[in-house]
Amino acid sequence: MLQAWKSFYARSDPAKAYSLLSPALILVTLAMLVPLVLMLSFSFFTQVSFTEIDYSFTIQRYIDFFQKNLLVSLLIKSVKISFIVTFVTLLTAYPVCYYIAFYVKKNKMLWLVLLTLPFWTSYLLRVFSWKIILGTKGVINSSLINAGLLNEPLTFLMYSETAVIITLTHAWAAFALLPLYVSLEKIDFSLIEAARDLGLSRLETFWKITLPLSLPGIIGAILIIFIPTVGDYVTPALLGGTDGRMLSNMIQAYFGKVNNIPLGAASATIMLLTVAIVTMVVSYTTKQLSQRIS
Amino acid sequence: MEQKNNTLLIYTLLYFAFLYIPVLFLPIFSFNDANYMSFPLSGFTTEHYEEMWSKTNLHKALWASVKVGVVASVVSTTIALFAAKAFARYKFRGQNISYGAIMIPFLIPEIILAVAILVIWLSLGFKLGLVPVTLGHILFCTPFAMLILIARIEGFDFSLEEASRDLGENAWGTFYRVSLPLYLPGIIAALLLSFIISFDEFVLAFFLTGSDATLPMYMWAQMRFIQKLPHVLALGAVIIVFTTFIVLLAFWLRNLGQGKEKVEFGIKIHE
Repeated sequence: MLQAWKSFYARSDPAKAYSLLSPALILVTLAMLVPLVLMLSFSFFTQVSFTEIDYSFTIQRYIDFFQKNLLVSLLIKSVKISFIVTFVTLLTAYPVCYYIAFYVKKNKMLWLVLLTLPFWTSYLLRVFSWKIILGTKGVINSSLINAGLLNEPLTFLMYSETAVIITLTHAWAAFALLPLYVSLEKIDFSLIEAARDLGLSRLETFWKITLPLSLPGIIGAILIIFIPTVGDYVTPALLGGTDGRMLSNMIQAYFGKVNNIPLGAASATIMLLTVAIVTMVVSYTTKQLSQRIS
Repeated sequence: MEQKNNTLLIYTLLYFAFLYIPVLFLPIFSFNDANYMSFPLSGFTTEHYEEMWSKTNLHKALWASVKVGVVASVVSTTIALFAAKAFARYKFRGQNISYGAIMIPFLIPEIILAVAILVIWLSLGFKLGLVPVTLGHILFCTPFAMLILIARIEGFDFSLEEASRDLGENAWGTFYRVSLPLYLPGIIAALLLSFIISFDEFVLAFFLTGSDATLPMYMWAQMRFIQKLPHVLALGAVIIVFTTFIVLLAFWLRNLGQGKEKVEFGIKIHE
């Protein structure tokens, strides 16, 4: 019996693969999947008092969520900020990747390492350094006042949606740079040369050849930036003020001082669903687009 | 390959400035002799650095972060090594789903992971502290470590392992003498980078530490008080230098020996 099993194991690739994967799959199941399911079930409960929770099933928390204008507007704002951040990051990072993929000849790896290096410094500290720059007594304001260009500090810089967008664009740059570079680097340059030889202008070549071929990188970057920024907590908490507040700040409050765990769980679930819907829409659109191209 | 394009070059350099300059303000102001971070700089001082020696809470937080970071990086790299081997070596049904499942913790908003772990931890009646933080960090670091290791193992010539088995080595011997030396640079790179991720991680720690602060938690608490800011700047500057050093070391290790192996073993390497 044992012998039979051993020989089956020796010949079966899936069996070997799954035994190698088992620690990772157990980890994901116990530390993520089970907690997520439990969080989902908490969103159907009711907080009775500070310590007491009524465990009978109700969808009231979801009704609460959509009846509270604040929560709905924060959800919309989170999605809006994330979209703007994703778009700006892609637009600003693309030319850089294009340059490194097609113009840089030596030490491309070094360029890439240098581009991603700031990303490895603590996220908290990077956000904090924007506070130094944008603050009322910060670098921009104090320099402008000293130069005599301003009498009063610019207040819109700090504690605003703008501050959140600038900071997030800086913080997530590496997540756009890497997928964009990888997809641009894969493009066979002779295709571009052929297009030029056949009389297409630079712009036409870019529009018809380079951009469609770099689409996988663009999609990768969209997802990898949009998904985490929807739920960003640190940036809006440090720089957002009331204007730049996002849904995650309320989720934190529900699990913290407001102490309404079921409503917090429902908000987190709605955030997760939003992310899932956006992911599906983006993936579906990509499929359609790539089919039309090929 | 294109010829020259100065407009794009200038744009790229400006983008580099955008990436680097904000981070450089921390070290600059950490030597400034004033409580406000504004120009002009008032004078040079190392006082803020000396201040760090006397903060016992800071030392406690540093120690907590190191403990969490070491455990999280060792455990997640080990789990990731097995998983990376499975993906690089075998084709099997459910491959994409398994890969996706392991990558999810890295992709979904961290706050959702934090809240989910918080709910289960409290429901089980456990106390918040460094243990749930470490668990969260293991979950979060594993996909990262796996990506690094897959890049290293992909294209590895697995007939080397088969040859070793045929010549009478057992599974552990083969792993220890054949696979491990070849994977080692990747393993160390994965360990270092997961350590850094855990060391800098804030959101999971914020929800799960309770009263045992990690270093990012300590900084977060100090950031609210203007008069305490300067020593946070000094601490931040030290962390930036330390992180940069570790990350460069990891990048260097990751690429180490890849050129040579290509010749010796005919291994196709990713990148």
